[in-house]
Amino acid sequence: MEILMIITVGVLFSVSTYLILTKSLLRVILGIVLLSHGAHLLLLTMSGLKEGAPPLLGEGAESYADPLPQALILTAIVISFGVTAFLLVLAYRTYKEHKTDDLDQLRGNADE
Amino acid sequence: MKTNFLLLHTITRIVTFIILSFSIFLFFAGHNNPGGGFIGGLMTAAALLLLYISFDMKTIKVVLPFDYSKIIAVGLLIAIGTGLNSLFHGDAFLTQYFDYFDVPVLGEIELTTALPFDLGVYLVVVAVALLTIITIAEDDA
Amino acid sequence: MNNLVLLPVLVPLIMGVILIFFRNNPVTQRIISGITAFSMLVISVYLTYVIYQDGIITLELGNWKAPFGIVFVGDLFSGLMVILASVVGVACLFFAFQTIHTDREKYYFYPFYFFLLTGVNGAFLTGDLFNLFVFFEVMLIASYVLIVIGGTKYQLRESFKYVAINIFASAFFIVGVAYLYSITGTLNMAHLAVQVAALEQDGVLNVIAVLFLIVFGMKGALFPLYFWLPKSYYGPPAAIAALFGGLLTKVGIYAIMRSFTLIFTHNPDFTHNIILALAGFTMFFGVLGAVSQFDFKRILSYHIISQVGYMVMGLGLYSPLAIAGAIYYIAHHIIVKSALFLFAGATQKVTGTTDLKKMSGLLKTHPALGWLFFIAAISLAGIPPLSGFFSKFALILSGIQQERYFIVFVSLIVGLLTLFSMMKIFIYVFWGSPSLSEEETKKTKLGPLLLPIVPLVALSIAMGLGAEPIFSFSTQVADQLLDPSIYINSVLKE
Repeated sequence: MEILMIITVGVLFSVSTYLILTKSLLRVILGIVLLSHGAHLLLLTMSGLKEGAPPLLGEGAESYADPLPQALILTAIVISFGVTAFLLVLAYRTYKEHKTDDLDQLRGNADE
Repeated sequence: MKTNFLLLHTITRIVTFIILSFSIFLFFAGHNNPGGGFIGGLMTAAALLLLYISFDMKTIKVVLPFDYSKIIAVGLLIAIGTGLNSLFHGDAFLTQYFDYFDVPVLGEIELTTALPFDLGVYLVVVAVALLTIITIAEDDA
Repeated sequence: MNNLVLLPVLVPLIMGVILIFFRNNPVTQRIISGITAFSMLVISVYLTYVIYQDGIITLELGNWKAPFGIVFVGDLFSGLMVILASVVGVACLFFAFQTIHTDREKYYFYPFYFFLLTGVNGAFLTGDLFNLFVFFEVMLIASYVLIVIGGTKYQLRESFKYVAINIFASAFFIVGVAYLYSITGTLNMAHLAVQVAALEQDGVLNVIAVLFLIVFGMKGALFPLYFWLPKSYYGPPAAIAALFGGLLTKVGIYAIMRSFTLIFTHNPDFTHNIILALAGFTMFFGVLGAVSQFDFKRILSYHIISQVGYMVMGLGLYSPLAIAGAIYYIAHHIIVKSALFLFAGATQKVTGTTDLKKMSGLLKTHPALGWLFFIAAISLAGIPPLSGFFSKFALILSGIQQERYFIVFVSLIVGLLTLFSMMKIFIYVFWGSPSLSEEETKKTKLGPLLLPIVPLVALSIAMGLGAEPIFSFSTQVADQLLDPSIYINSVLKE
């Protein structure tokens, strides 16, 4: 299972690298979103995909899964949710103001 | 052309309440079981969004005349205030207290200070989700 | 347990939230935020005093014992950084009162100003690696808002890149946390230090250390990851640029100093030599950028990069004298750099531009501005008896002691070029025949603009004249940093 997850993370990372290197604003955002997904999945995988009951008090099981990575990922997901929403609106406003979503044209020149 | 949304409106009226009551259940289930302020808040936001989508934005604005940015602030204050409470008891910030109470009809329930904290989270999540989506949706130009 | 250590985080957070309610009332917002900023200054000074008297203080949030819960740790280094953050916070806030447009005030400028300070102080005080990530994000999200607030064309374009790069870095932060958690099973920094020292896996640890160096280096503008800085710091108004220029990169530097003195000390020959090499490149290329520019704010932005190099050089040399020099340098830099950005804002207010070629002769019309700028400029360049000299002297002395002559040579050249580019500003802006007519001169009142700058310049002079006590303080800070067992024992209480 770990091998499969790691391959998935690798695919996510490579796809996101490709998308970030494109010129369109929206694709860059998608790339960034996929990158954070990859990072979250990596965190989950690296901290061990153990067998065990969900870490809830009511379960009364003998062994529990490690709850910490899940808490960390939940935090990270919430943060990336907020930031992505912000980034989308920012990209939309940039597009409105500059009338383009081509990053080549959003470069600006050296001496302004 | 005027479209007839009768089906959508009727279903929305029913489904919204189902979602809302489930979100409240989730909110109270939290802490020791899956649930809590975050997920409950998202669910409530989903129910309210369904209203915004199926009815007109203007209609809902009359029904729900809230300034969501103020709700965010209120939610944050409640959450921080819960943490501050433990400062006055001489404990570390965010220390949790709990006790058991006998309530008629419901029987014995456990009340914790995590509940008001969750309420703060709930308000923040509902308001943030709605504020984000409505702000983007309102921009017609 | 002492809740005092949490106050620098809690006060701005609560006041920031309260300020949201006064959105349409700029006067109330100003009063509340002014009081808050001053109270933060008092709290941070008191906190550092307590730390100085009683040693490191810790707080286990929610009474969850370390290493399982989140701890807040105040040692001398964090105390010093919190004081500096508060000083800059007060100065930039009062400059913002004069220069920030009411439109920006209504779009939650003050709340996000305090959320930014919450994040910065939180990052300085937390003792948990993931909590550090969270406070980084609090700080960054507030900075995203502040950098784009006002929404001019330039700001929108450059802040998209700023946001994108920072999210990229944050994703790598999570990757680093994932690797570190998988081999140590903890995220408490003190516990991490124990675990890392016990592990004998230098290869994996080197990879993780370099990964964190990349993450923090991207936030702290280290070579070759500084490319985003000059353009994005150019866009926002001077008060915000001064806060960013003084504080934000230094949070990255703080994280590098903390993690490479506490956690990743397993193989200094490898990691700290990389840091030293990066320091050399950073200061050299940063100052080259500054030399080639003809814009007030841009020159200052490039100087941030070159001076980040000096701080990291101290860490790379990794001796008590070098670290003490680096800490002194950070303190000097935060104060002087904010002051210089505020000068850029003041001249922009007076002349309406930041282009050096379009202004001249301000020394005749605004002598106070000119001479104060001169003091700050030569302090930045490292002329005795100002604060810049002594910190650079300590760094270079320790470089010579360790026989690292090349980095000493680079840092001396960079010092010279810094002086050159600061003098370039002085000559273009303040010498020559006045470019402004008498009416234009009288139009802007300089007094309120200079009010927040004068204390910063005075502080810089005081730090230079009182170098002896300040240097002995930074030596104490450095000793505490170089002996991780003090930190570890006070957190884990073994």
